[in-house]
Amino acid sequence: MHRAEKIWIGFGVATLVIFLIIIGAAALSENMIPPSHVQTIDPTRVAQTSPFDHPGLHRTGPKTYDAYIIAHIFAFTPVSITIPAGAQVTFYSTSPDVVHGFFITDTAVNMLVVPGWVSSASHVFRKRGTYLLLCNEYCGAGHHYMYGTVEVK
Amino acid sequence: MTSDLQVKRENPLVLAHLYFATLALMLGAVFGFLQALSRARWLSMPTWFDYYRMLTAHGVLMAIVFTTFFIVGLATLFTYRAIPRQRSLALGWLAFWLMATGTAAAAAAILSGNASVLYTFYAPLKAHPAFYIGTTLLVIGTWIVLIDILTNVAWFRRNHSGERLPLVVHGATCTFMMWFIATLGVAIEMLFFLIPWSLGWTPTVNVMMTRILFWYFGHPLVYFWIMGAYLIWYNIVPLHYGGRVFSDSLTRLTFLLLLILSTPVGLHHEFVEPGIAAGWKWLHTMLTYGVVIPSIMTAFAIFASFELAAQRRGLRGFWGTVRSLPWDNPALTGPVLGMILFIFGGLGGIVNASYSMDVIVHNTMWIVGHFHVTVGGPVALTFVGTSYWLIPRLTGRRLWAPKLALAQTYMWFVGMAVMSTAMHWAGLLGSPRRTDDVSYFGTQAASLWMPHMQAAAIGGSLLFLSILMFAAVAFGTLFTERDESQVIEFAQVDEHAATTPAYLDRIGGWGLAAVILAILAYAGPIHELLHLHVYGAPGLRTW
Repeated sequence: MHRAEKIWIGFGVATLVIFLIIIGAAALSENMIPPSHVQTIDPTRVAQTSPFDHPGLHRTGPKTYDAYIIAHIFAFTPVSITIPAGAQVTFYSTSPDVVHGFFITDTAVNMLVVPGWVSSASHVFRKRGTYLLLCNEYCGAGHHYMYGTVEVK
Repeated sequence: MTSDLQVKRENPLVLAHLYFATLALMLGAVFGFLQALSRARWLSMPTWFDYYRMLTAHGVLMAIVFTTFFIVGLATLFTYRAIPRQRSLALGWLAFWLMATGTAAAAAAILSGNASVLYTFYAPLKAHPAFYIGTTLLVIGTWIVLIDILTNVAWFRRNHSGERLPLVVHGATCTFMMWFIATLGVAIEMLFFLIPWSLGWTPTVNVMMTRILFWYFGHPLVYFWIMGAYLIWYNIVPLHYGGRVFSDSLTRLTFLLLLILSTPVGLHHEFVEPGIAAGWKWLHTMLTYGVVIPSIMTAFAIFASFELAAQRRGLRGFWGTVRSLPWDNPALTGPVLGMILFIFGGLGGIVNASYSMDVIVHNTMWIVGHFHVTVGGPVALTFVGTSYWLIPRLTGRRLWAPKLALAQTYMWFVGMAVMSTAMHWAGLLGSPRRTDDVSYFGTQAASLWMPHMQAAAIGGSLLFLSILMFAAVAFGTLFTERDESQVIEFAQVDEHAATTPAYLDRIGGWGLAAVILAILAYAGPIHELLHLHVYGAPGLRTW
């Protein structure tokens, strides 16, 4: 092999290793891991299965909430939630029909909702305002009408 | 050894693939253009031909039909020309007709509105069986291409013992072996899950299993395109600037590494999905970055080949090398402008594949911007540019309107740069992909996206014009004056290239390694899925 080629490949491999160490360290120390909740649910009985039989916001502590939101064609239920600034919300979502996206703009809440499975992601809302919750995976003819809001007051 | 007559029999098979690819590109471009206008709200699609039907057609035609037919044509040509002999074309034509029939069936289902499931056909969206059966036929057709290549490789080994396989055949074999290993996933998804379910034989479908099987195939699909482009970058492009292949063994090693590293990476498309533990996603992240190695090897070899050719002509330094390239030859400007776009495609890919950064861009327009500067940049521009070199040599005619062809490549580059930049930007602002109207009834967050969607529509319009120009030249070349003096050859290896060790020529062993690595990467998540009580989902037609 050429000397220049060895240097170049060595440089590439070194960059790769440094990069993997950084994202590995971020995953371990900051818990920066992608949403990977493993929990199944009968998709034909979502509306009868707790806690999705009472979808909405549930307070779990002084500044912590659980939000159970059903993603279905072509809407979110409930369509809007209101929380105080600084609250940490853990979202749980599932679908009774087809695959949907669950994405809140300006946040790292971005997950896929799959019938038969419960998805979960958590976020601390520090900035006040209206965040758009939208379906970012194609689900059918009315896909572009499928959105909701998160109001941070 | 081989008569001109044999070559004259082989050319129509290759041309059939190239023109089928061109037709798919043309039709796909019409839908792409309408989509770009639709997202900018400059046009509203009628209900009898809605946005999602069009989006499905665009994705299938561009990502699967155009690319696959072109690569099959290329690999067939490389194999036949580098191993000249009297051979039967029965397998070649059987593959073509299976692929064409499958495409026609799937296209009929999509265009009639019975398969608006996009090119990823995620269950439980349930399309007409013709869509699944047609797509499966297309895939099975490509397996016959692999059999055809391997038959010729076996003949070569018998009759040329002790010799290395011709470099282009080595590359074509690696490409189609990788493709076979990868398409097994989608074939299992189709044959055991989607086809029986769409025919009503099974009531429900295991959604997560179909997704894992799809992405087992879906990411290697990307490397299939890239390997098609690399085949040209290594073996054809040097001819245009009087260069040579930088190194025979490095080229072989690149293709072998792509053969083993392309498949065990699919979960990086499923980062935000439930049902797959984070550890498996991390494993696939690390394996995905393995592809950095053959990528930087290719970057080195391509630029080294440019520089050595420039030096032979007395030109030195970066600008000397740039000046030495024939920027007025569309067969060169296509691939080289594509390489420039690929730098941005590669950088964006690092973001997408990284475990933690992906959530910011997942399923946003960023992703659409990314794959338009990969498959729509280096890959498509290389194929289109190389068609200007291939078609005249296969038809025995002069290239029609070479200046139009040259302008076409530059126009594509500008159009793609504009469109992709706008898409990346809109994605960072949160604009979702795969969505007809992103105005969300005038929501403020959504209003930030619209200027970028309009910029993307301008870029998309340039791309549409560019593809029309390509089609005019491709079909115009069928009617120009005869010129049999143009020959198809492959770039010679640089005289300084070291002799190739034999282990780089034993593709079978590397193929076995590829299978083992794929099993190691997927056994864990699939095992976990099989041991959970998973609820099946009934199908739905939501369009």
